[in-house]
Amino acid sequence: MKTVIVVGNGMVGYKFCEKFVAKAGSENYKLIVFGEEPRPAYDRVHLSAFFESQDAKALELAPASWYAEHNIELITNERITDIHKTKKTITTVKDAEFSYDYLVLATGSSAFVPPIKGVEKEGVFVYRTIEDLEGMLGYAAKIKKNNPKAKAAVLGGGLLGLEAGKAVMDMGLEPHIVEFAPKLMPRQLDSRSSQVLQLKLESIGLNIHLSKATNQILGDTTITGMEFGEDDVLDVEMLVISAGIRPRDELGKTCDLEMGVRGGIIVNNKMLTSDANIYAIGEVALYNQMIYGLVAPGYEMADVAAEQILGNDTLMSAEIDMSTKLKLIGVDVASFGEPFMPALKGHSIIFENKTQYLYKRINVSLDGKKLLGGILVGDASDYSMLHQIYLNGMAIPEDPAQLILPASEGGSSFGSALDLPDEAQICSCENVSKGQICGAITDGDCDTFADVVSCTKASTSCGGCKPMVVDLVNETLKLLGKEVKNNICEHLDYTRQELYGIIKVKRLTSYFEVMDACGTGDGCEVCKPLVASIFASLYNDTANKEDVIQDSNDKFLANIQRNGTYSVVPRIPGGEITPEKLIVIGEVGKKYNLYTKITGGQRIDLFGAELNDLPAIWKQLIDAGFESGHAYGKSLRTVKSCVGSTWCRFGLDESVSFAIELEDRYKGLRSPHKLKGGVSGCIRECAEARGKDFGVIAVEGGWNLYVCGNGGVTPKHAILLAEKVDNETCIKYLDRFLMYYIRTAAPLMRTAAWLDKLEGGIEQLKKVVLDDSLNIAEELEKEMQFLVDAYECEWKQAIENEESKKRFSHFVNSDDRDDNLVFVPMREQKMPEHWEN
Amino acid sequence: MEEILSKYKTTAEGDVKVWFKAASIHDFTENGGACVKYKDKQIAVFNYKRKNAWYACQNVCPHKMEMVLSRGMLGDYQGIPKIACPMHKKTFSLETGENLNGDLEAIATYPVKVEDDFVFIGFSE
Repeated sequence: MKTVIVVGNGMVGYKFCEKFVAKAGSENYKLIVFGEEPRPAYDRVHLSAFFESQDAKALELAPASWYAEHNIELITNERITDIHKTKKTITTVKDAEFSYDYLVLATGSSAFVPPIKGVEKEGVFVYRTIEDLEGMLGYAAKIKKNNPKAKAAVLGGGLLGLEAGKAVMDMGLEPHIVEFAPKLMPRQLDSRSSQVLQLKLESIGLNIHLSKATNQILGDTTITGMEFGEDDVLDVEMLVISAGIRPRDELGKTCDLEMGVRGGIIVNNKMLTSDANIYAIGEVALYNQMIYGLVAPGYEMADVAAEQILGNDTLMSAEIDMSTKLKLIGVDVASFGEPFMPALKGHSIIFENKTQYLYKRINVSLDGKKLLGGILVGDASDYSMLHQIYLNGMAIPEDPAQLILPASEGGSSFGSALDLPDEAQICSCENVSKGQICGAITDGDCDTFADVVSCTKASTSCGGCKPMVVDLVNETLKLLGKEVKNNICEHLDYTRQELYGIIKVKRLTSYFEVMDACGTGDGCEVCKPLVASIFASLYNDTANKEDVIQDSNDKFLANIQRNGTYSVVPRIPGGEITPEKLIVIGEVGKKYNLYTKITGGQRIDLFGAELNDLPAIWKQLIDAGFESGHAYGKSLRTVKSCVGSTWCRFGLDESVSFAIELEDRYKGLRSPHKLKGGVSGCIRECAEARGKDFGVIAVEGGWNLYVCGNGGVTPKHAILLAEKVDNETCIKYLDRFLMYYIRTAAPLMRTAAWLDKLEGGIEQLKKVVLDDSLNIAEELEKEMQFLVDAYECEWKQAIENEESKKRFSHFVNSDDRDDNLVFVPMREQKMPEHWEN
Repeated sequence: MEEILSKYKTTAEGDVKVWFKAASIHDFTENGGACVKYKDKQIAVFNYKRKNAWYACQNVCPHKMEMVLSRGMLGDYQGIPKIACPMHKKTFSLETGENLNGDLEAIATYPVKVEDDFVFIGFSE
């Protein structure tokens, strides 16, 4: 058994382990990995995501248990201090000694801190590790307390600097980017594209200072500003340095490996250093006189080193592709091949539109036959295809401008992804070719995107190639005559809209009637709730009618929580509630020992109710005048309101009254996904109505009606549908809009996503709702009125019927409770004990 | 946690020593499930009316160890009768207990018989 020691547990060091253990012959080697950071390798590329989630675990490439499962000894928090080449041993900072047969240096790089006077002051950070970020977060919170408008600067306007700028912005500080060069991202962008990017970034609140050489950092012990020239000072309370990287090559120096003049450990195309048993990979390795600060070349190096150690003869590519595509603060930026090409080598074709923050440039050979490189800012959707054309030297259209001009009707100007040669590399992180992806379908037994991903690993790392993999999968399926259809599931070969039509026309009213009429088999957890939702939309059937086809929450008219208990949410229309009713909620909470919390929709949630107690809890609530809040359903949740002109001195209309009217009208309405509404009494918008599926805002002369907004994963502001309408017209338009959505949306598609997919977008929606272009307005209104009239509180139904009450019992043969429930204290209340895994 | 799972072992009809009389068939909703208490065990029992069949399995879902499978949804996967957990929609074959959409441990299944309108579950202990 031979020993391979890997020094460094960053992205490339981890990739080496992953590649190594997956290769034949690796079982004869023992792998020991040292990391100096306290946690196992994480995804440094997406470091700024840490600010959103604050969840270090989510960034982990593999949990510590992965290393154990693969017989890899992982030693974190321990730096290597010395290498003894002749003895073939290393010494750690704790003075422990380990022998190796092969050593792999994957120590990566550290942030370059320029020698500016005062960089040691408090409040100056580098942007590199999760610990750096935690330090920044703590400091930012401190300075914001004293000065809510505190400013922070980032030194460096490159790729990482802009990421850091975003991080600073997310921390609620006023962000300033300071760059020495006269343009942003000087290594990837030309001056014009850099200007377009700058305009875009300024429009979203970043302040950008170019051509600034920092003389010193001001302040006594704590930073108060940066001085560029005598009278040129920027007051900031925090500074993040992101001015480039330096290889962590100390070990190479101390043990006398051959080094580059400006640092980096020199390697050949086997990733071997000047010592026959020591390899170097990633950002510490100097290959072709270059340090490559990208993940893809680092991963290739990891693969080459692993192959070499196992005695194979894989070599590193002679030329490294430095193409990159990324989303910086929501802006697409990409560059590939030769982004800046001298005029004597070819011609450039440039498309620039500053009003839309768009810039596209491609460089083609003098004879116009080959694509040499390019830059995209604002919209990089063409990147994958352009990059492939460049990499594979594919033929380009006679007029190369077609490659970047907006596609004419009939789709993209350069054919389909299937035109690529089989060896075209689609996923550069996992090194998956087009041939492998298509082959998984044609020769293997994959027939969905998910199958192909799990079989080839394509798009599992950075995800940048996902759109292209999706295209390849869909087009290959089409080619094989397999239809790519958004059918519901294996039991119902229709889209939701088609099934909605069938059920309506045939007046089908029970689940198995539907299955017998147009399905196969017995159904599943996908189609059953979907059919239930269609029944509700067509006939206003409540969940009591066929409880066995309802989704988890609908079945018991309550939201199932982490430990199998339920939450109870009575409806509080518009958020208006009397003290008497508040007391009833309080009494119920006390009686059943429930955890209580105010929800985001202006009502009260009671958690921890046992299944057996639900009917009694609801009886007490209903007796006091409450109704079901449908918090468990894909249905109308709440219509949130501000207090409006009834009390507010700015209010223009009675927003609470109107919110209550709307909530009472649409309560119980089932839909493809949940629905939320809001009504604000003036444009100050305290009800956040534009963050809802429908929002109404009082203006001089009536209500403005907005539709298709949401919070959640992809926040979207609702869009103006009608202006200055009265209550009656507003309700008429809402009836039409909601019913049209219910009829045509895909399952679990919220209004915003539905509008995105609606051909013609908001203009088309206006035509249908306002001008009745489809001549269905009357029908839609009628259908809605039927549902409104048919409303019944389903909890009232449930507790008044002995048969439907039966399901609220944990055991069928005993009145005992579930003895598996364990609660732990949480502040002055309780919560379920944590899950182990 | 292991302790809970160790209580449940798939039982073949031939190994049954005790037929436990659980409840009347009318207590089980058609095409739905309910939970039966037997000693310190919780058993999910399903009235798969569409196939005219009855199935029983452990009530605990091996994913998060909550006692909830009886509240899940019945269905079939390419003809195999299955139960979908109400928590995260993990699905299990009611015939073999196998996790059909992941690699969780198989759940334990038990034989069921109906006599004189009563549902009996078979245990080997």
